[in-house]
Amino acid sequence: MHELSLSSAIVDTVLRHAEGRRVNSVEMRIGRLRQVVPDSLTFYFEIVSRDTLAEGAGLQLQLVDGLMRCSSCANEWDPAPPPAEDEEQVMVLPQFRCPKCSEPGAEVLRGEEFEVESIIVDDVPAPAGAKS
Amino acid sequence: MHRTKVKVAEDALDANTTIANANRGDFDRDGVAVVNLMSAPGAGKTSLLEASLRDLDGPRVGVLEGDVQGSMDADRLSAMHIPVVQINTDNGFGGECHLDANMVRTALPDMDLGAIDLLVVENVGNLVCPAEFKIGEDVKAMVTSVTEGEDKPLKYPLMFRSCELVVINKIDLLPHLDFDLDKFLDNVDTVNPGVRTMLISARTGEGVEAFRDWLVGVGERAPARA
Repeated sequence: MHELSLSSAIVDTVLRHAEGRRVNSVEMRIGRLRQVVPDSLTFYFEIVSRDTLAEGAGLQLQLVDGLMRCSSCANEWDPAPPPAEDEEQVMVLPQFRCPKCSEPGAEVLRGEEFEVESIIVDDVPAPAGAKS
Repeated sequence: MHRTKVKVAEDALDANTTIANANRGDFDRDGVAVVNLMSAPGAGKTSLLEASLRDLDGPRVGVLEGDVQGSMDADRLSAMHIPVVQINTDNGFGGECHLDANMVRTALPDMDLGAIDLLVVENVGNLVCPAEFKIGEDVKAMVTSVTEGEDKPLKYPLMFRSCELVVINKIDLLPHLDFDLDKFLDNVDTVNPGVRTMLISARTGEGVEAFRDWLVGVGERAPARA
């Protein structure tokens, strides 16, 4: 349900930059610290883009690992590293407190992106009457 | 058919942020501080506001009430002679599960910003989406309750991390529950290290004074009227 609202925002952004041209694919950067489920996003994108010039466009998601910097000691770390492919999906607590000095108050450098990076469109505008 | 790659490099929620900034401009112009109050459904946002806004000494308060349907919450608060505007997300906004900047903006003309110092936006009950959509607030706060389980912060880290205050409500029920309060507070600290927490019972009034003081403090953050 959350991904439905997010997909609407993506489609609006995409169509604005498509400027009347059919969209073939959308490349996004999504930080792992956002609560986005990639499969759910792809599912809702497909629904929300129906009857628009983004219908049928492939959604490519590049997931960005988190990186935080401690405000006290400048240590940098990933608060929620994804498990390695061959590891079991066990629940690991995220680490938002600095693992080196234990102080709170760290800055997020990466991992909260929700960005449309680029789109691939047909060279020519869609015929008149096509919905945008 | 030739194709072109168009560089976009835009946050997909930029459009909402732009409107949130416009709201912010209106709030600053009229010297109003804004709290975005969030929680799961039924945690006690409205009850907490009823308990704390009664006899609030300091800022003049208005409330923007967000619900999918109905005006029950707005009715409860307007009975206390506080200016309240109800936003129903199913009235022209597709039944959204959260308030966004646009919905708040459409409600602003019905609220006399010049007559208040502090605006509390009571968001739709939801632990996921409200954290993602800025509305022009100064601060986000949330209400959890002891009936929701110790693991909630770990399940909804974005919500807990986005807030500068986490109120734990319904503490009058603790003797009847197996809720491990220390474990819950540890989990809150895991996802939002050092965040301020308050233990409250909106029903009995225990701890409500601290929330009142916090509201007064937020009211003092309002810029001088332009």
